[in-house]
Amino acid sequence: MTNHWIDIVNSDCIFIIGSNPAENHPVSFKWVMRAKDRGGKVIHVDPRFTRTSQHADVFARLRSGSDIAFFGGMINYILKNNLIFKDYVVNYTNAAFIVSDKYEFKDGLFSGFNAEKRSYDKSSWAFVKDDKGIPKKDPTLANPRCVYQIMKKHYERYDLKTVSKISGTPEKDLVEVYKTYSATGKPEKTGTMLYAMGQTQHTVGVQNIRAMSIIQLLLGNIGVAGGGINALRGEANVQGSTDQGLLFHILPGYLPTPTAAMPTLADYNEKNTPKSADPMSANWWGNRPKYVASLLKAMYPKQDLDTAYSWLPKLEPGKDQSWLSLFDVMLNGAFKGFFAWGQNPAASTANSNKTREAMSKLDWMVTVNIFDTETGSFWRGPGMDPKKIKTEVFFLPCSVSIEKEGSISNSGRWMQWRYPGPKPLGETKPDGDIIYELFEKIRDLYKKEGGAFPDPILNLNWDVATNHIFDPHKVAKLINGYFLTEKTLKVGDADKTFKPGDPVPAFAMLQADGSTCSGNWIYCASYTDKNMAARRDKTQTEMQAKIGLFPGWTWAWPVNRRILYNRASVDMNGKPYQPEKAVIAWQDGKWVGDVPDGPWPPMADKEKGRYPFIMTTEGFGQIFGPGRNDGPLPEFYEPLECPVNEHPFSKQLHNPTALIFAGEAEKRAVCDPRYPFICSTYRVTEHWQTGVMTRWTPWLLEAEPQMFVEMSPELAEMRGIKGGEKVIVENMRGQLWAKAIISERIKPFTVMGETIHQVGIPWHYGWVYPKDGGESANLLTPSVGDPNTGIPETKAFMVNVRKA
Amino acid sequence: MKLKRRDFLKLTGGAMAVTAFGGLGFDLTPVHAKAEAAKLAGTKQTTSVCCYCSVGCGLIVSTDGGSSRAVNVEGDPDHPINEGSLCPKGASIYQLCENDRRLQKVLYRAPYSDKWEEKSWDFALDRIAKLTKETRDATFEVKDAKGQVVNRTGGIASVGSAAMDNEECWIYQAMLRAMGLTYIEHQARI
Repeated sequence: MTNHWIDIVNSDCIFIIGSNPAENHPVSFKWVMRAKDRGGKVIHVDPRFTRTSQHADVFARLRSGSDIAFFGGMINYILKNNLIFKDYVVNYTNAAFIVSDKYEFKDGLFSGFNAEKRSYDKSSWAFVKDDKGIPKKDPTLANPRCVYQIMKKHYERYDLKTVSKISGTPEKDLVEVYKTYSATGKPEKTGTMLYAMGQTQHTVGVQNIRAMSIIQLLLGNIGVAGGGINALRGEANVQGSTDQGLLFHILPGYLPTPTAAMPTLADYNEKNTPKSADPMSANWWGNRPKYVASLLKAMYPKQDLDTAYSWLPKLEPGKDQSWLSLFDVMLNGAFKGFFAWGQNPAASTANSNKTREAMSKLDWMVTVNIFDTETGSFWRGPGMDPKKIKTEVFFLPCSVSIEKEGSISNSGRWMQWRYPGPKPLGETKPDGDIIYELFEKIRDLYKKEGGAFPDPILNLNWDVATNHIFDPHKVAKLINGYFLTEKTLKVGDADKTFKPGDPVPAFAMLQADGSTCSGNWIYCASYTDKNMAARRDKTQTEMQAKIGLFPGWTWAWPVNRRILYNRASVDMNGKPYQPEKAVIAWQDGKWVGDVPDGPWPPMADKEKGRYPFIMTTEGFGQIFGPGRNDGPLPEFYEPLECPVNEHPFSKQLHNPTALIFAGEAEKRAVCDPRYPFICSTYRVTEHWQTGVMTRWTPWLLEAEPQMFVEMSPELAEMRGIKGGEKVIVENMRGQLWAKAIISERIKPFTVMGETIHQVGIPWHYGWVYPKDGGESANLLTPSVGDPNTGIPETKAFMVNVRKA
Repeated sequence: MKLKRRDFLKLTGGAMAVTAFGGLGFDLTPVHAKAEAAKLAGTKQTTSVCCYCSVGCGLIVSTDGGSSRAVNVEGDPDHPINEGSLCPKGASIYQLCENDRRLQKVLYRAPYSDKWEEKSWDFALDRIAKLTKETRDATFEVKDAKGQVVNRTGGIASVGSAAMDNEECWIYQAMLRAMGLTYIEHQARI
């Protein structure tokens, strides 16, 4: 989230798409309802009418997978009717930038496409720079090669009629949504966009979010109270676990994982540190070398930086190692060992039959969880013969959250401390202790026996326990960072000398020379003289109270900033665009309100001022995004499984760069009469994820006991299905039974002149428990993914539904 | 006399020792309050944050001083996001914790076996450490095919976990990277 949960209350218009907060983030919905009480409008766009739709002022039905058509139509509507927030667009976004004359877009393809590699050479998407190296701009937005004009031309094709034809959304509903939301383009109005996996789990997932971001930038809705682009994350600490770098491509704090093409730290810094010739661009990632050095020192405090860097494992350049690829490699037998820690991939991975088979190729597997799972017990699952499965499996029982201490970070980036209540049940242990003890044993073996390249293992900073018990405070202090050698630095106007062991007060003081450590620079300032995440102070200034800002309650990264890019909420002189809900304001030579995005004065100060989008190299919000793998502007493509074999925007039926796996194309249904219905997965209020933490809870299981499929009365009639009957949902990848729920909440769409049906299934069940609960929805979802992130396309795929 | 819930809390509780009541709504007569309070007699209150979605609702956990088991879990009325309320999942955390179907012992499945066996932590961690080392030693690459230094193992992969605390996530990634793993993924990807 650029903003945070309470901030939703400040919104004049709440646009909810690809999410259902009333049912899936129920407590957050209180802030939506309070915004509504204050006169705010609620828009819900979804294939299905849900409890969120029930409270919406405007509800529009959209066929799963047609989001970019829908958003493209909205961009076109905003531009055609000149509803943009012009000052914001000109001053704060890259709309005025001039794009290379080599850039072109033709029939669904951007310039630089290599059909054989299924990827783009992005060099033609660059901005034109002046002789100083600063991007050339046309503030009048009239230059035909400026981003604004290129965008305008790109989306002219997305007229109401065409969008309606492919999305199945009636034209009048499109207009109502577009008109209602575009009203937030007025300077004093703000609108927020809330989304979840309904937007991301697509082969165009990243471009769906890009399209939303473009609209928010055009309407001046980023950086303001009641605005922003807000992912409603699905897990209590999925923000934090991402921040801590538990992904193949990033180290803690969003530092790219080194590749073999960066043999030294100098190479790494050279390749990963952006440079800006524009003195008004803060170019915050220009500080990257300080953060990498501090991370290396957190892991290997006694080594020099070059040695510590050389010990980090290096990726093969350009090789995808994301989730779907990982299981594809596993299926090919490349891994001997596998840790499935606090996760249930046998039910949560797209194409779960493939995942389950892949696990049988392992020599050993360690899984850690609270209850038995489809993963831990894969070897005794449906269709498995334990006598033929070699995998040695360890199931380690862990404590639940209320039994342990530590911090988690919510979707609004609040790092919140949890205290232990009950003691760990039985022989269960907190994950921290399991990790600590396991690595102690591994290290002892290397000490005793030696082995392959033992240095990184023997020298890893493992001072993470007190009296052999995992100590979250020690680790939180390490994540914050401290000085390793004495250092005198300017703090404000005065010099201050820090001694070894002193906490680093904020990331601006982290050093590239190895004199500081910090396990994660974005968390620097979270544990200084005290544990900031444990704070419970609700004191507010009058200005903060107006927008529900609680700066003394827990702590938010970065540096307790609650609304990101807040320098875009004020004009060039630092005066808030929305004085009644100001986030920051420049008063008497200083900023008041939220923690500003940097201390610099407003942009009107041509010497000391800085542009507001400090994390981008140029300092501007990116309407044109030249870094993405599938194009600088979102373009409509059908999901890889779809009910049509053509669409009106181009001859490119699918995203030409989507992540796919060899030999699986024949298992994809495109306009296949055997699998005529679109299917989408979703959640119910009473269950969570694959159900590991809810299926075993009697209260919750009683409320939602088993797998169901939701369908329209029209589809039920066509297939002769009655409500409550067991039916079969199937495709080329798998089959499962479900109870039929026949409901007006789902209606057929008219797409390209044809009637198209959609069904929906929850993904909370699995064969382990309960006995008659049904199987995982992911048996049916395809292993295809977005070309930028690799997220699987589980929100739009094709199935058949028939009587059991 | 009718007492508002928060007034009652103020009368009966100190900062961390607020007594709290599950499922009774907001208007409590002292009689009801006393009956409900019996369940919480001798309990200690701690604050936590819900483990399900990412809203981050505050919790008050009441733990029995004798058994060290949870007696009640409810929304933290002081928490500015949830202001005391919880959804059905959050309101059932008590049952997630106090649940006799939780796995309480290490389970082990030998190759080609058709059953779980209960084992000790020492057995499991010793064996996992040994397998990890054997696998790493057998598959460790100092250089790739092009002769570039890579210092990695392609023989072990890891997924997980958004269910862990920040501090646990950090040491987990440190351990995995120190061993040379590059196939490191978790919930955020899917």
